[in-house]
Amino acid sequence: MADSIVPVKEIEEKMDTDKMWVIMGPQHPFSHGLWTLKVQLDGEIVVDADPIVGYLHRGWEKETENRTYPKIIPMADRLCYAASMTYTHLYCMTVEKALGIDIPEKAKYIRIVADEVCRIQSHLMWLAAVGTDMGNLTVFLWCMREREFFLDLNVKLCGQRMTTNFPRIGGVRNDTTELFDRDIIRTVDRFEKALWDIIYLIDDSSIFFSRMKGISYLTREQVANMGMTGPAMRGCGVDFDIRRDDPYDNYDKVDFEVPVETEGDSYARYKIRIEEMFQSCDIIRQAVQKINALGKNAPYRLKVPSRVPAGTAFTRLEDPRGESLMYLVSDGTDKPYRLKVRSPIFTNVSTSKAMCVGCRIADVPAILAQIDMCLGETDR
Amino acid sequence: MDAEVLQSPSVEEIVSQFKAHCPCVEVTKTETRRVYAKVPSENIFKVCQFIHDNLTYEHCSTVIGVDYIDHLTVVYHLTNYYSGVMIELSADVPSEDPHIDSVTPIWQGANWHERETWELFGIVFDNHPRLERLLTPKTYEFFPFRKSYKLRGWE
Amino acid sequence: MAYSSILDWIDFFKDPMDSPYYPFDTYNLAYDIGFKLWEIVGGLIAWLINLLFPGNGLSEWLMSDYVCTIFALLLFMLLIFIVAFVSCLIVLWEERKVLGRMMDRRGTMIGMKGFLQCVADGLKTFMKENTIPKKVDKMTYMWCVSLIVGLSVLVACMVPLSSRWYVVDYQTGLLIIMAFFALAPFLILVSGWAQNNKYSLIGGMRAAELMISYEVPMLILICTTALYVGSFNIGDIVYFQNEHVWFIIPQILGFITFFFCATAEAERVPFDIAEAEAELVEGWQTEYAGMKWGLIMLGDYLRGTVSCGMVVIMYLGGWTLPFIGDGPIPEIVFLLKAYLVFFLMVLVRAASARVRTDQILNIGWKVFMPLSVINLAIVIVLKMGGVFC
Repeated sequence: MADSIVPVKEIEEKMDTDKMWVIMGPQHPFSHGLWTLKVQLDGEIVVDADPIVGYLHRGWEKETENRTYPKIIPMADRLCYAASMTYTHLYCMTVEKALGIDIPEKAKYIRIVADEVCRIQSHLMWLAAVGTDMGNLTVFLWCMREREFFLDLNVKLCGQRMTTNFPRIGGVRNDTTELFDRDIIRTVDRFEKALWDIIYLIDDSSIFFSRMKGISYLTREQVANMGMTGPAMRGCGVDFDIRRDDPYDNYDKVDFEVPVETEGDSYARYKIRIEEMFQSCDIIRQAVQKINALGKNAPYRLKVPSRVPAGTAFTRLEDPRGESLMYLVSDGTDKPYRLKVRSPIFTNVSTSKAMCVGCRIADVPAILAQIDMCLGETDR
Repeated sequence: MDAEVLQSPSVEEIVSQFKAHCPCVEVTKTETRRVYAKVPSENIFKVCQFIHDNLTYEHCSTVIGVDYIDHLTVVYHLTNYYSGVMIELSADVPSEDPHIDSVTPIWQGANWHERETWELFGIVFDNHPRLERLLTPKTYEFFPFRKSYKLRGWE
Repeated sequence: MAYSSILDWIDFFKDPMDSPYYPFDTYNLAYDIGFKLWEIVGGLIAWLINLLFPGNGLSEWLMSDYVCTIFALLLFMLLIFIVAFVSCLIVLWEERKVLGRMMDRRGTMIGMKGFLQCVADGLKTFMKENTIPKKVDKMTYMWCVSLIVGLSVLVACMVPLSSRWYVVDYQTGLLIIMAFFALAPFLILVSGWAQNNKYSLIGGMRAAELMISYEVPMLILICTTALYVGSFNIGDIVYFQNEHVWFIIPQILGFITFFFCATAEAERVPFDIAEAEAELVEGWQTEYAGMKWGLIMLGDYLRGTVSCGMVVIMYLGGWTLPFIGDGPIPEIVFLLKAYLVFFLMVLVRAASARVRTDQILNIGWKVFMPLSVINLAIVIVLKMGGVFC
């Protein structure tokens, strides 16, 4: 169906209408989390947008200055419940960098598997949100059904569904369990087939297509300058993935492709995440093979000193939402002096003005669903 | 002084470019794909402009504030999308009346990071388009992340 | 004292059509049931009163022709309303179960496979507190709800379920139903304004523009069917289809167009921008709480049922079966066909997303209008060629 741009501007200038500020939030069905987006409307077109965050600010970084290093791992889980594995992984990597140690191979591969499971599960949650914002609840329920299988994998690995508390400074908490080994490949195989059902529902429907295609174009220069990272950035033509270009923890030893689109609209950003889910399945298979090759007796955790030598260290990681970074300043004691978290959604939300301006208000939920909002890590 | 534009500079090339064109930058350490440097706070804008234009660093990952009790430090992390090399710049500012130039005109991505650093530490970024409170309530009067602000119940 | 037995007062096998006051032209089953009910109930009362005061005028009066007709009519109205209401509840139950299964869940489970849960939900909504926000325009606010719901119930009762279950047998039956159906958008617009709320105003305007632009193809299609048959009378249309062919075959384009226009009129996904709960809270229903909201929901489902009924009448042969004609219980046949059409609507809801406002208007004017005109052209050609006539 044709998507015509009604010449609203000409009519509106003659009618001399007022611009209206509509406040979407903080309690709003489509905003996944507690934040406000004030949009200024000229009829149906958005002319200005102002995101307001900070309702959930817990002072996370200041709290860490009073806890010993191992105690911060469950705190890092709660930065974002959907991407908890990656945040604890990032934190442990930062402390290991400050200590100057290298963790065993097996731990690195186990961390890769856990990360990719987390990535698939986070992308499924995002896909559920996209469906709901467009008015279709079938996608929501089917994605949640798939997600349950991956949360079950988390349970089999470490006993918890979401805030897993699994990586440790010096490795991981435990080796892969029997149930996990039995089910990981089966789940991934089944998921690859089931994801096609959901993709057909969305891709073959011209309604979804017309609500995402041609909406909210961003250029490569805009995206790179505004600091937007992650799948949204790769949908606009920036060919950069930390796992491939700045590898950490044995990601250089697994083979995978990084999907990049040059279109720059909502549909491109949507396609990237779908493709990333398929790539994650590949990565999981390769990593599991390598874990099995290392055998059952390989070490998975080192003993580390409780005091970190004075100095600074930072590492970054490819979160499901973008680039997350942690910067640690240590002063020789067993508590950090300063620990800073860079969350990808924090910067992505600040770009919502550029994403929404020029579109209709009915498009705003569809556009913002591409950010994959999670308030815990934005506000910390 | 017309320096050439390097799209994907390696670590050694960056160090030599700094020596040639920005003598105030003092490289403290290099690792694989990492360059750590110290910059005096007056020159930060010129150095960042150089890094953005000539070394093609299109992305400012973070702007971080740290409170070393006798002085404050602002740490910048910059990313190059072609080579994956990151530069860490740290600039010291005095504790009383901390001012530093904002790099928001160069990288829009630093906008909210600088706002957050201001509201948590009190470091004023000159020429920032909108230095307002972001995470803490609008009526808040303190800079919470300074070491002088004690968490309740401790000490 | 003569003892009169009850059988003097109750004449169960009296033919209702004998009475000089019989209000209809042909046999009307609902009226017949009402009449018989009144015979029993009224006869009982009259006999009891006659036992106490033998030979009094009240008993005679109660069983006279005129009064019988009036009470029979009252019972008839009640019966028609109950049947329409229960069929709407069944439609609601069907949606919840079928939608649930499509989404890989079970839908409602409690009480007769989930049917009584719909009744319980309705009761719960009716028992909530009746709040009226302060700043609304009270008169318009309250009248709009009554009118919207009243019109929906009226049009649901006007759809005849068979040749012997009808309220009026107008020569312009189909057009009357469509006219009542089309009054709702104006009331939605006014109620959106009356709530004194930015969101409701936008919602009301969106709903009104959507409905008005989708009524044009519907009207063209109704006129096409009437052109084919030669009259607007619903009975004529149904028996014409029975004699010749169900109109879904020559008018397949018309069926598809009418089906989607009906989905739009009933404000269902993919055309429910007026509700658009993900964007603007509840749209034009934002400030209606408790019983009012329950009634509006009911009105929505009634309109959905009526749309399905119209599709069945116009394209699927009404209450007749393919080769048999009028079966033993044509009412059940009609209702089953309507539920089948509603099943298609639920399928569309499960699989589609919501369409944006300007895209909806695009589809309405640029896709469905031309389709309905093409359908008209096909029908004219068929009629002139004498095919299926």
